[in-house]
Amino acid sequence: MCLAIPAKIIGLRDDGLANVELEGVIKEVSLDLVDGVGIGDYVIVHVGYALARLDPEEAERTLKLFAETGQAA
Amino acid sequence: MKYIEEFRDPELAKILASAITAEADPNRLYKFMEFCGGHTHAIARYGVEDLLPNNIEMIHGPGCPVCVLPVGRVDTAVALATQNDVILCTYADLMRVPGSKFDSLIKARARGADIRMVYSVTDALNIAEANPDREVVFFGIGFETTTPPTAVALKLAAKKGLKNFSVHCNHVLTPAAMRAILGGHENGKAANVVLDGFVGPAHVSAVIGTKPYHEFTRDYAKPVVIAGFEPLDVMQSVLQLVRQVNEGRAEVENEYTRAVTPEGNKKAQALTEEVFELRDMFEWRGLGSVPNSALQIRPHLSAYDAEKRFPLDLPTPTENKACACGEILRGEKSPTDCKIYGNPCTPENPLGACMVSSEGACAAHWTYGRFRDAAE
Repeated sequence: MCLAIPAKIIGLRDDGLANVELEGVIKEVSLDLVDGVGIGDYVIVHVGYALARLDPEEAERTLKLFAETGQAA
Repeated sequence: MKYIEEFRDPELAKILASAITAEADPNRLYKFMEFCGGHTHAIARYGVEDLLPNNIEMIHGPGCPVCVLPVGRVDTAVALATQNDVILCTYADLMRVPGSKFDSLIKARARGADIRMVYSVTDALNIAEANPDREVVFFGIGFETTTPPTAVALKLAAKKGLKNFSVHCNHVLTPAAMRAILGGHENGKAANVVLDGFVGPAHVSAVIGTKPYHEFTRDYAKPVVIAGFEPLDVMQSVLQLVRQVNEGRAEVENEYTRAVTPEGNKKAQALTEEVFELRDMFEWRGLGSVPNSALQIRPHLSAYDAEKRFPLDLPTPTENKACACGEILRGEKSPTDCKIYGNPCTPENPLGACMVSSEGACAAHWTYGRFRDAAE
């Protein structure tokens, strides 16, 4: 149930909702639980609510960590 | 960057697998519990166990909300829907969880009860607004991820002055369950299994942050590595756990930094705090009665509390004695140790809660792992 998917914000609305897109599917989600997100940001969507913003720099750092593990091994 | 495929890369998985094999000490056994059903599902679906050396055992934890909901609470959901002429709204996972005498919400619906599967608690609010002459009850289940949306809905219902909406609150807390597993509660049922560390929750941690886990490193000397729900995240966290064990460390490490911060989501935490308070005692399937392990609606919103609005006096729930869900949720048994696993208990005909949700250990193993069993 805690499964939640990363989706990209493609539109903001006046009522605290946003349209997010994932693989061509567009869905309405609530932004009531997150601050400071905007169009183009990826958020984790869970039961119709954005729970957290995904940090692109941290994601790159984690992927780099995986690759470095390979060099070390 | 789409945050999905990148974290499922097979080449990187091979790299991580060789690093784990190289660093794991062949002279010892490693037992790690992945707390979350989301991790259990990812491990089964992507065959992560096949990539790990034989001396690393992944033990499935109790982090599956419908799995840990005891029979009595399922009976309550069925009774609410059948005795009070309400519209009962629930997340789909709960529909087929067996209650007493093999009854379930899906069977109650077949008998005519008005039970509606919703994707979001917001849908339940909309149903309440569209049906002002009917009582609408949202059956709230889930860990710290699912609780904040319920809090938002309760506040919104109060703001709108809805008279026909209420929530039956079954929201539970992750750290309390981890503590119970480790034997930290007198009346809880501790797991009869020695763990070397935890793969820590992904999205629960996005909400509560990394700080609540320091208790486990400090008081129980168990390493915790918070991990995302993609297969590479799980593998990296296993590698970090192996390293901690080898070096005699017990620390909280965060592999899922793209979504989890030390502080977590403060807005979600504040909303949860405003709407809910700790429940003295809550019964968990598998873990028994665990103090301060669940939430209830605060008194100022009691008009929206279905437990207050529809007091029920139900007969003592009856468990299916053949089902090993309790032991499986404590990590003491694996799904294949259960006598009814696969016959007659399957996802199509679940006799125990762990076979219902895709995050349940039995359902995950049945869906993905049984082919490996057959090959062995």
